[in-house]
Amino acid sequence: MAFFFQELVNGIIVGSLYALIALGFSMVYGVLKLLNFAHGDLYMVGAFVGYFVIQWFGGPTALTIPVPLLLTIMFVLAALLTGGLGVAIERFAYRPLRNAPRIAPLITAIGISFFLENAALLLFGAQFRVYNTPDFIPFSSGFSIGSVTIDAVQIMVVVLGLVLMIGLRQLVIQTKLGKQMRAVAADREAAEMLGINVNFIIAATFFLGSALAGVAGVMAGLLFNQVTNTIGFVAGLKAFTAAVVGGIGSLPGAMLGGLLIGIAESFITGYISSTFTNLIVFGLLIVVMLVRPSGLLGRVQLQKV
Amino acid sequence: MAAAVAGLVLPLLGLGGFQLQVAIDALVIALLAVGLNIVVGWAGLLDLGYVAFFGFGAYGYALLSSGQIGKQGIHLPSILSLPIVMIGAAVLGLMVGWPSRRLIGDYLAIVTLFFGEAFVEFTNNVAPKTLGGPNGVISIDAIRSFGYQFVSNESYYYLLVVVLVATMAVLRLLDTSRTGRAWRAVREDSLAAAAMTIPVNRVKLMAFAFGAMVAALAGTIFAAQQISVFPTDFDTPILILVYAGLILGGAGSIAGACTGALVVMVIYDGLLRSPAESGYLFYGLVLLTLVAKLRPWRRLAIVLAATAALGFAAHAVVGAISQRAVAGGPQSGGWVAAALRDWVIVPANPAVPGNWGFVLLVCLLIALVQLKGNWRTVLLVPTVYLAACVWEARLVVEYAVTAQLMIGAILIVMMIARPQGLLGARRVEAPT
Repeated sequence: MAFFFQELVNGIIVGSLYALIALGFSMVYGVLKLLNFAHGDLYMVGAFVGYFVIQWFGGPTALTIPVPLLLTIMFVLAALLTGGLGVAIERFAYRPLRNAPRIAPLITAIGISFFLENAALLLFGAQFRVYNTPDFIPFSSGFSIGSVTIDAVQIMVVVLGLVLMIGLRQLVIQTKLGKQMRAVAADREAAEMLGINVNFIIAATFFLGSALAGVAGVMAGLLFNQVTNTIGFVAGLKAFTAAVVGGIGSLPGAMLGGLLIGIAESFITGYISSTFTNLIVFGLLIVVMLVRPSGLLGRVQLQKV
Repeated sequence: MAAAVAGLVLPLLGLGGFQLQVAIDALVIALLAVGLNIVVGWAGLLDLGYVAFFGFGAYGYALLSSGQIGKQGIHLPSILSLPIVMIGAAVLGLMVGWPSRRLIGDYLAIVTLFFGEAFVEFTNNVAPKTLGGPNGVISIDAIRSFGYQFVSNESYYYLLVVVLVATMAVLRLLDTSRTGRAWRAVREDSLAAAAMTIPVNRVKLMAFAFGAMVAALAGTIFAAQQISVFPTDFDTPILILVYAGLILGGAGSIAGACTGALVVMVIYDGLLRSPAESGYLFYGLVLLTLVAKLRPWRRLAIVLAATAALGFAAHAVVGAISQRAVAGGPQSGGWVAAALRDWVIVPANPAVPGNWGFVLLVCLLIALVQLKGNWRTVLLVPTVYLAACVWEARLVVEYAVTAQLMIGAILIVMMIARPQGLLGARRVEAPT
């Protein structure tokens, strides 16, 4: 039973990571109806930003600033840089294609994903960069219930993930910006006619979504310790699965999907075999797509004439 | 016709072993692009799992023509195994297409993308005794029929040329047939097509099956020529390569798909590996773009003169401040590099400054697209100069990464600047 709970806890932790990436993905899909394949690579960029922040402040063993400050700088800087990068991508690559055939921005998105991955390879090399989190946040700083252990980094990931998700939900529901976002998602042309600055709203959505991916990247660095240029692709696929399973375009769906995928993955790894994890998760996605293409919480889309 | 003649003559001109291998790879990718054109270009279905059919063909042929299954292994003659594999791929195409036929647009892209990823995971992890896991299948038989064995690379080259030309001819007939017109009708507006009594689902499935068959055919020849297959041969980079070829040449045009793929592969595999040739390629492309985009010619002359002047001035100034900052010299070879020695700034240890230069270059390029009018011309001068410096300092050295970056850039730039590709016809589509 302890094993079961340990796997469940691990699943929730990884799941909240996926949920964060899936949220940004789903937001962008909501306003632009575009599958942003480059989203996973923004997560990779965020993870690298976190790594270089640690290096700038003396490396993991000889930090020159207190750990909470370091973490704050890592998260904020990663969010700002990836958010800016997301806005730049939207401005440069997606905006000229708004009225192009549907297939065009998808192909561009694949190109951007490939470009970012290889740009990171050029800049940072192919070797793994290691965060060495235990050197500045010791494993012993967590707590354990029975034989289920949770360390401080994991608690932080879950709490921060939760805070961000609730914050985002409040933003989308309560603020004027959120209302405008929902309006653009519902009907871009009508929103434009009502005087909403559609370009600004889309840019803001890209900023928020990409920033979430950047934060998730730093979390992944802290959790898994290893960063390299290819982590974005697989994480992107997982988040993609999460968003689709939950219902693409739906924010609660993305959170639910992320948690489900994380837990499923954790149990498959724990009880069956880690070699088949990806295969089963991908198979799961295909089945969900075929049985219920709109996902668990999504609405059925009708084809407009 | 011209392509066939050129194809027959090429090896007679005495290509070396390396060039011949590049030519063979290019032909395989061209065959794939021509097949992908059916699905993406004609039927308008974004199939991101296309490479899985290529892999299916290669693995299918490998299992039927090697010692992998059973004690003795199966060594079918190619006259049997090729049709079996191709029909199997067509059935697989139907199986992937059948459940996803209701899915429109993005959803189809998702399912096929995951199908492609699942294929790689499958070959990597399932049945390691038979499929070999990451070690793949090795010692595959050559293609043989009627007592003739295709062993040498020359023979595979000719085989590929013949197969490519034959496939293009068949597809040419298909394009002008009733089915071809139905595909394009479905691409433009599937609802309207359905209203015109076109069986939309069946037409889509046919596109999937035909595309899968061509991909599997390419896979069999690939497996036989390589003598071994590995899961990584069928991963996303190949998919993106095929897409880049198709998009560059022009989706919807057979000649475009073939030409685009050949051009992409020759640059990707061949030219970028040699420092001198990659230099000619890079400066040639920059000049060509400037000549094509800058009108009137006075503006072009001013930009070129200003770039040259900026380079010499910057080199002189930086060299006066620190000798080490210009000590690297151009990393490419040939007379171009020799001529540019006193023009580009390449530090003694170019890796880190080159990286910063690369980031700055990407920022400048984005800014360049956003600007209009005279400011754009003004910014063009430092951008071209910086591009040359980054090229000499970093990109030439990391030619493999540069090749990948080029593939990504082709997809982005072509979709924005010229979505119909070099040879395609512009599609007029009402925005929905």
